[in-house]
Amino acid sequence: MSNSSANFIQSSLGKKLLMGLTGLFLISFLVVHATLNSFIFAMDGGDLFNQGAHFMATNPIIRIMEIVLFIGIILHIVQALVLTLKNQKARPVKYAVNDGKANSKWYSRSMGILGSLLLMFLVIHLSHFWVGTKAAQFGGTIDEHNTYIEIIEVFHNPLIVLVYLLGVISLGYHLAHGFQSSFQTLGLNHPKYTPLVKLAGLWFSILITIVFAAMPISVYFGIVK
Amino acid sequence: MSKLDSKIPEGPLEQKWEKYKSSVALVNPANKRSLEVIVVGSGLAGASAASSLAEMGYKVKVFCFQDSARRAHSIAAQGGINAAKNYQNDGDSTYRLFYDTIKGGDYRAREANVYRLASVSANIIDQCVAMGVPLAREYGGMLSNRSFGGTQVQRTFYAAGQTGQQLLLGAYSGLQRQVGLGTVEMFARHEMLEVVNIEGKCRGIIARDLISGKLERHFGHAVLLCTGGYGNVFYLSTNAMGSNVTAAWKAHKKGAFFGNPCFTQIHPTCIPVSGDHQSKLTLMSESLRNDGRIWVPKKQGDTRKANEIPEDERDYYLERRYPAFGNLVPRDVASRAAKERCDAGYGVGNSKMAVYLDYKAAIERYGKTQAKKLNISNPTAEQLRVFGKQVVEEKYGNLFEMYEQITGENPYEVPMRIYPAVHYTMGGLWVDYNLMTTVPGLYALGEANFSDHGANRLGASALMQGLADGYFVIPYTIGAYLSKEISVKAISTDHEAFVNAEKDAQAIIDKLFAIKGTKSVDHFHKRLGKIMWDKCGMARNDKGLKEAITEIRALREEFWKDVRVPGTANDFNPELEKAGRVADFIELGELMCMDALNRSESCGGHFREESQTEEGEAMRKDEEFAYVAAWENKGNHTYEMHKEELKFEAIKIAARSYK
Amino acid sequence: MSHGNMNLTLKIWRQKNDKETGKLVTYPVKDISPDMSFLEMFDVLNEELINKGEEPIAFDHDCREGICGMCSMFINGRPHGPKRGVTTCQLHMRSFKNGDTIVVEPWRAAAFPVIKDLTVDRSAFDRIIAKGGFISVNTGNAQDANNIPIPKPDADASFEAAACIGCGACVATCKNSSAMLFVSAKISQLALLPQGRVEATTRVKNMVAQMDEEGFGNCTNTGACEIECPKGISLENIARMNREYFVANIKS
Repeated sequence: MSNSSANFIQSSLGKKLLMGLTGLFLISFLVVHATLNSFIFAMDGGDLFNQGAHFMATNPIIRIMEIVLFIGIILHIVQALVLTLKNQKARPVKYAVNDGKANSKWYSRSMGILGSLLLMFLVIHLSHFWVGTKAAQFGGTIDEHNTYIEIIEVFHNPLIVLVYLLGVISLGYHLAHGFQSSFQTLGLNHPKYTPLVKLAGLWFSILITIVFAAMPISVYFGIVK
Repeated sequence: MSKLDSKIPEGPLEQKWEKYKSSVALVNPANKRSLEVIVVGSGLAGASAASSLAEMGYKVKVFCFQDSARRAHSIAAQGGINAAKNYQNDGDSTYRLFYDTIKGGDYRAREANVYRLASVSANIIDQCVAMGVPLAREYGGMLSNRSFGGTQVQRTFYAAGQTGQQLLLGAYSGLQRQVGLGTVEMFARHEMLEVVNIEGKCRGIIARDLISGKLERHFGHAVLLCTGGYGNVFYLSTNAMGSNVTAAWKAHKKGAFFGNPCFTQIHPTCIPVSGDHQSKLTLMSESLRNDGRIWVPKKQGDTRKANEIPEDERDYYLERRYPAFGNLVPRDVASRAAKERCDAGYGVGNSKMAVYLDYKAAIERYGKTQAKKLNISNPTAEQLRVFGKQVVEEKYGNLFEMYEQITGENPYEVPMRIYPAVHYTMGGLWVDYNLMTTVPGLYALGEANFSDHGANRLGASALMQGLADGYFVIPYTIGAYLSKEISVKAISTDHEAFVNAEKDAQAIIDKLFAIKGTKSVDHFHKRLGKIMWDKCGMARNDKGLKEAITEIRALREEFWKDVRVPGTANDFNPELEKAGRVADFIELGELMCMDALNRSESCGGHFREESQTEEGEAMRKDEEFAYVAAWENKGNHTYEMHKEELKFEAIKIAARSYK
Repeated sequence: MSHGNMNLTLKIWRQKNDKETGKLVTYPVKDISPDMSFLEMFDVLNEELINKGEEPIAFDHDCREGICGMCSMFINGRPHGPKRGVTTCQLHMRSFKNGDTIVVEPWRAAAFPVIKDLTVDRSAFDRIIAKGGFISVNTGNAQDANNIPIPKPDADASFEAAACIGCGACVATCKNSSAMLFVSAKISQLALLPQGRVEATTRVKNMVAQMDEEGFGNCTNTGACEIECPKGISLENIARMNREYFVANIKS
């Protein structure tokens, strides 16, 4: 790596760019994930959903993307930690009174907390579904693995449903700031288009939240069986 | 006869500067590297001089009392900067700018300096634009101009109402570039407390690091004072709180003559005083007079609201008295006219010490033009108002906002109230054509010197002068002196002259702390300001000035007996800074009154009640007073006046009429 | 001396110097006029402290008309107080109510060490400008000012960015103490002008490098700076800086 690219990556703006880019990449994954989730509403006893899940678990391109996805998540998290530490250091003495709500949205100031909640949620989420699928993959039983049934079982537990809802709401707020913020970070700010980006970001966050929340709720209440 | 040699080059006026530039001694690049220049003050004059000299190769040190060079008070200039570009094709020329400046200054400025100023004015605009100063533009991409108080051509360049800010930030950026390159060493939060003279030449300064409180010695082959004006001698003025005379005054006490100290400009368009808590006055750009109409009620003591007074009961007194120039008469004339109306009982507002500045007519007029531009044939009155307000907002938006901010009134709906306030001091350290004071090697630039504005400064001329001195004059004229100094090695700051100067500065600090009196510095400053405003302000008379001198002397005694300076010297101590400054203001105030007393004529910013026409207009006495009064400090509060006769060769001296 | 009829409780940060720790100290003030500026109210308090033989509160101020950028108080959790588009010196007491408690703190950032009480050291800004906040044109180099026509919208946008007064409210309010609004305003001002394009690449790289070195935090796009900026400097400038920076790094 040349000196100047090293400088770039270590610079504040370089780190920001990486946050923005990985964030956008993770958003693209969310689109795929949400689409797949919505397959449960085909009301076909999970056939369509299981086909989708099977495809995701076996397609070689998706397999590679899964690794990229993990790298993306890790980069996003590591960068976030590095930035948060740096930002903490930038104000060693805190204000006695700081009226943040006067000038910014609470969730824009709480990306670290929201992100940490998301991370905890992610661990729970992966242990529920991803671990099982992986075990099936490596055990050679992937063809018999029924994710749909797994879902129905997991979401009968009200506590888990609650945890999922909290996770999904955290995600929604994280996105509500993150979506439009990534455009700003990439330098895309325009008096004409930025309001549209902001609106799109808001609707995207709401939509994602609804779609993700719909699954545990509808399973728990028996809408999806 | 005189100790004063103005060193004006020979030859016809328009060739003096060109010839001077071609013949002035140069310093070769290798020698420049070993020549050190100290610049005190980082406003337009200081920053532009420092960066230009550093670019040429001199080693430069810059001092300012603010936390950054960018905060010098040039930043607050609103309206604009004049330049004889004639971009508007309205007949402007170097000669005309020169002529207007001399006439505007009531024939009390030196022709050669002013002509030089006018001739470099165009270069200033070029330089600033090249440096990225975003001056206002027309849709075709060309620079925009406006007309400004006291002139009949459009030669004023501007950046909304923040021209001074933009020009200063431009000069500051040039300065910071040199700081980055290591050619300028910057000392922010440092205050100059003494100049150091060695064998008759200025060789450095004593400065106090305002954070640690330590006194420091700094050597320079030459010292440039770019420390601005002394309007704060009046306590209330449009100057920044920290603006002071200390550097210039210390130089004066070490041999630099003070020129025309009584010439104070009272700016006509300021926001009136609202109470005794007031710490400063806020100016609103004079450009407001381009479109606003000034009036008072025709009836004395009229208590109706402005909008309730019908058109025929309003007295547009400037338009009435001065039909040719109307609301655009020079500052001194406009200020006095406002005072005259208020003193006669026609003032408005709670204090009755204000006149109206009304934008209603302008909003209507602009509304019509805008409607035509938009091809709206039958605009409604409401549409006209909206369009008109848009145009006015575009031109003066920030000024209107500021007015509303301070007074809580909306100037789009009700006329603004204005009153004159101390704004600028034309007087300052006496300098020759080279901008050198009577101390060899000690220069004064910008508002700190007395040179270019005579008895009254025209609007948009201060920025021009500051930058002219710094960018285009001093880089040449300093060579005339430094070319003879190349063999002088940097003098050690252990030299006894430095040691003694530091002792002097320390002695004053010790003395201030030793008093342990009962009254704050501000208490004395306010009292001084009141004496000055009442007796040496917009109008002066023999009796009042004599009283003022006595009162100031008594105040000085009291100050040195009863001032209380809290805290310690080896610390960041703003009260100590103020105390030193006010001590100098008190001494200066006395000299200003002496100068005003001596000048028993009315001219420019100096209106002497004994010297007026039957109509109450100022009456100059050219036979007696066409000179610069340069005061020498003889120590122990005694002064000797020296005269520099002003010769007018290119301009025929004439009564100033704006009728 | 009576001025008005407002009585207030002030809690003001007192700190001897950058080495010692500070604390909030409570001062009641009486008879304040609503027409006073916030700083004039401080003048009244300081006069009282001096008369009582106490040390007055050190605070930065100079022009008192909102342009020099020197005043810098964090008032009730907001830089320059509750009103938008003003500096502390332009804040008037009519923005408060009789009986209010007002907490006043200095700008807090590692890059702005406290000098004393409410006074902080903002020389980091000067060092950033010294790295590239200029156009390298020596005195006398310039061509005629009208030789480069500049479209009015560009000139206006450049001016709007140039209106920054360098007060540091953006840093003070940013949860990360980021200086990006300040830095990007200067970068934008010059990037928008043809004469500034010449050095655009090196300028943005050098200024960002210095900004990082000074210890300012990073931008997380909360937008607080734009809201609190007394001169309304837009977030668009930060986006422009990002763009300039990425392009500069791709180019070289």
